Amino acid sequence: MADKTKQEKPGYKTIPMGGMIPRAGSSEDYKTGDWRVKKPVRDDEKCIDCLFCYIFCPERAVSVTEDGKIGKINLDYCKGCGICAEECPKDAIKMELE
Amino acid sequence: MEDLIEIRWHGRGGQGAVTASKLLATAAVEEGYYIQAFPEYGAERMGAPVQSFNRVSKDKIELHSQVKEPNYVLVLDPTLLESIDITEGIKDGGIIIINTHEPLEEIKKKINIGDRDIKIYTVDANKISVDEIKRTMPNTPMIGALVKVSDFLNIDSLLKAIRKFLSKKFPEKVIKGNLNAIKRAYEEVGN
Amino acid sequence: MGKKVALIGTAAMATAMRQINPDVVSAFPITPQTAIVQDFASYVHNGMVDTEFITVESEHSAMSACVGAASAGARVMTATSSAGLALMWEILSIASGLRLPVVMTNVNRALSAPINIHCDHSDSMGARDAGWIQFYSENSQEGYDNLIKSIRIAEDENVRLPAMVMIDGFITGHSTEILEILEDSQVKGFLKENKAPYSVLDIENPSTFGPLQLTDYYFETKKQEADAMVASMDTIKAVCKEYRELSGREQPLVDTYMIDDAEMAIMVLSSTAGTTRSVVRELRKDGIKAGLIKPRLFRPFPKEEIIESTKNLKALAVLDRSDSFSGQGGPLYSEVRSALYDLDTKPVITNYVYGLGGRDTTIDQIKKAFNDLSSVAKTGKAENLVNYLGVRE
Repeated sequence: MADKTKQEKPGYKTIPMGGMIPRAGSSEDYKTGDWRVKKPVRDDEKCIDCLFCYIFCPERAVSVTEDGKIGKINLDYCKGCGICAEECPKDAIKMELE
Repeated sequence: MEDLIEIRWHGRGGQGAVTASKLLATAAVEEGYYIQAFPEYGAERMGAPVQSFNRVSKDKIELHSQVKEPNYVLVLDPTLLESIDITEGIKDGGIIIINTHEPLEEIKKKINIGDRDIKIYTVDANKISVDEIKRTMPNTPMIGALVKVSDFLNIDSLLKAIRKFLSKKFPEKVIKGNLNAIKRAYEEVGN
Repeated sequence: MGKKVALIGTAAMATAMRQINPDVVSAFPITPQTAIVQDFASYVHNGMVDTEFITVESEHSAMSACVGAASAGARVMTATSSAGLALMWEILSIASGLRLPVVMTNVNRALSAPINIHCDHSDSMGARDAGWIQFYSENSQEGYDNLIKSIRIAEDENVRLPAMVMIDGFITGHSTEILEILEDSQVKGFLKENKAPYSVLDIENPSTFGPLQLTDYYFETKKQEADAMVASMDTIKAVCKEYRELSGREQPLVDTYMIDDAEMAIMVLSSTAGTTRSVVRELRKDGIKAGLIKPRLFRPFPKEEIIESTKNLKALAVLDRSDSFSGQGGPLYSEVRSALYDLDTKPVITNYVYGLGGRDTTIDQIKKAFNDLSSVAKTGKAENLVNYLGVRE
């Protein structure tokens, strides 16, 4: 889940010029998991490691293990869109309420 | 700015009134004058009446209004006399130069200046340009005529400036033709 | 020192661009700016500059290309007029919001409708709040000088804001006048390296340009931009001083003529200042204490200099070559009144909207304004604050 602790934001005297973000990968700080109403739950018995869910996930929240098998779904970024469940050819993913 | 000289050129689109005012300005710069050369813009098309203007002064020119009371009026096309009042606003003591093959007396009938102190000169700049430049281009000879009847420019510096200006774009033959045309108009202008 | 040349105003601006030798120019032709782009395109074609010239299908695209190139850290220039500037409008505030030092010439032309090609300031005044530095030029000399200065100002690390330089369409743009141009090497020596703090092409240090900023950061970014505009005044003054030493031309941000003992004065931008100066000179011969105030800079607004120039006046007429359609006069008038509002003693300030759509502004019109002013100066009261000069009833 997203970090709920409040952080003091920097003011106009210290932020970079022109609204710049002068470093790469800052989107990782933006955790979209709290948009989610339903979460994907995978039945590992049915899963055949076809990696469709990995390919279709718009957030790249599905990871792949080093040996090419399907890995964890990162709930920090999963918005609960359900595309993985829709595309799974083996019906191995169900969307369940949090 | 008592010594400010204001000039109005009348022509038709394509006759070179705008270029004439630029050429004159270039020549005046060579003699150390401050200058302005600016056309009156509107609908630009071949054959339509157009005007172009000069200001020439020993002092810096700051006026940016239009020329309303010229000292000199030059008419590149005599048919304009039928359709527009080329004498509009001309100062007392002013000079009008008209490109025409008609005798002076005939031309005077077409210009309404009453008994005002205004001199009218004519020169056949069309014929001169056809003879010397091999096409009807009355604008450069008219500058020669102006230099003759005015006293603010000298013919040698005019010829030098025109050579410099034309050499950017034209071959020697055309430059020579223009210079000869200017010299002839300088000699032939009369009243 | 430089050399004297006779050029039309647009050629003077194109000459400055050639000497500046920008990395990228993207522009779309529009009367009366066209000759600038045409001249510059020939410089590119003839190999006289190192510029990448990007042809586009509209001014919206031209300014977009400028924003893209400036984001990469390039020195970028363009030029436009009237409807062209209006079509750029969306991207103008992107250039300033992203703090990109794009420099452009705007050849002032009236906005449609009615369609018109001649000079007034409605185009650039329409962009006065777009976060661009704005210079107005009396003649092509000032336009040339302002353009070269603007590169240094816009690119300065304490500014990083776009700048536009105005010349009056046709009156200056298509008029041949004498100006003194610097040697190419002098311009090259005057300009400094454009040190962009970030570049979108710097793959070693990847960065994001123009991210979404909602209620959390937008306000801070805009306050920073507003502060940069205010702070740019120091840089503008320093650059102008340095340029004066180079060129020998004294060009204060707010120029005055015969103002010290003047009882009344006209304040006006651009070419009409020249006509007004001639009138002041004439009135002075008759012992009339008239003066002229000509701001060269409109953004940032030179408040201190305006106050200083008006301090001894009884009556001041501000001339605007555009209307705000507010019933409160033109934009220069509003801002001058606002600048003087808190002073204990200030002149009566009236407004004349003049010269719309290129209407010739004559000596007689300026004399009429001075004539009105002299009774305002006597009585301390103005019959009408907002007036229209040279319009038929």
